[in-house]
Amino acid sequence: MSATPDPGEDRRAAAWRIAGAVTDPEIPVLTIADLGVLRDVRVGDGPVEVDITPTYCGCPAMNMIAVEIELALEKAGFGRPKVNTVLQPAWTTDWMSEDGRAKLKDYGIAPPPKGGGRRALFGVDTVPCPQCGSIDTGVIADFGSTACKALWRCNACREPFDYFKCH
Amino acid sequence: MTSIRVAETPLVLYILRRADDALVLGHRLSEWCGRAPMMEEEMALANMGLDLIGQARALYTYAGEVEAQGHDEDALAYRRDERGYKNLLLVEQGNGDFARTMLRQFLYAAYADPYWRAMTTSRDATLAAIAAKAEKEMAYHLRHSAEWMIRLGDGTAESRARLERALATLWPFTGELFEIDTLDREVIDDGIGVDPDSVRDTWTATVADILARATLTMPADGYMQKGGRNGRHSEHLGHLLTELQYLQRTIPGATW
Ligand SMILES: [Zn+2]
Repeated sequence: MSATPDPGEDRRAAAWRIAGAVTDPEIPVLTIADLGVLRDVRVGDGPVEVDITPTYCGCPAMNMIAVEIELALEKAGFGRPKVNTVLQPAWTTDWMSEDGRAKLKDYGIAPPPKGGGRRALFGVDTVPCPQCGSIDTGVIADFGSTACKALWRCNACREPFDYFKCH
Repeated sequence: MTSIRVAETPLVLYILRRADDALVLGHRLSEWCGRAPMMEEEMALANMGLDLIGQARALYTYAGEVEAQGHDEDALAYRRDERGYKNLLLVEQGNGDFARTMLRQFLYAAYADPYWRAMTTSRDATLAAIAAKAEKEMAYHLRHSAEWMIRLGDGTAESRARLERALATLWPFTGELFEIDTLDREVIDDGIGVDPDSVRDTWTATVADILARATLTMPADGYMQKGGRNGRHSEHLGHLLTELQYLQRTIPGATW
């Protein structure tokens, strides 16, 4: 994907494509378009305005994502954009695209199930191993390397893996 | 740096009370960094702290917008003194041992989970959106801390004795979870706030269920401590704020 506008491409579409190509610093295989974190791009007379929404309340990647968007758009000749954080509608893992889910799995992270919703207090999740597909898996730690992940293990291929928590 | 004066309208105060709960508990959890009994809990405590501080940031930002006096999240967190803080006494209690920290998390999460869930239908769209995230985070904290209640209570003689001591220490702070005053009442009657009394049965049922599985006896309600919602705190909050606010009070406006 090129980081400059194509001639003839609508200016808003170009800004959207460039902002949307910014990746999550903690899961570099996912773009913010895949994640559903990019909500709107407005192009008018003033600076380009970009709306993003946080995944988790305390997600430390959000500040970095905002800076990356500013850099990408400035580099593409859009001038300094204004990046806003919007809270509604609240992000859930259902905002993640099918493409994003496939990329996560290829990267070795089990994607969140679609339409997960709320479970019983000790509800048991079924999480297929992203390596071998077995559902004979179990949790090692509820809280993993980042706020959005838990650490799991596959009992079939014995590999540990990250699970992007359903949220 | 001098303290700020907050224009405490009922809605501003309502939001600040919830924001302060989240920040103070999040800060307490951050005190465990590098001290947890095992790697998994090091990650868990830090992540739960991060969730709470994230909730606090969103709530402070919104409180500042509603107040419209130019106070951002940093001004509200770093430049209010102890009396200006309106958090529950429960969340400011010291970490003690691991059993006490997990019990405090459990008692708060069993309350915050249904509380934020009820808030998702608030007439206030911003509070409803913050609640939609906070609800899921607190459900996760509830699950994690409830598992520990069962492991510790139904564990060794030592873990059980520690959890029993923690229960005796923290129980007198649970009555305040359901306290409201006329200012909160106004926000609740406007369809914006949530009446904590509406989640009392859920809280009681959750706590009774988990303590029973932990083979512990639910304490009887005796004298209950209160005052946090009006800025009257135990001796613990002042020490916490000294640490939390040190940098901004010493080097006003410091950034990096
Ligand atoms: Zn496997």
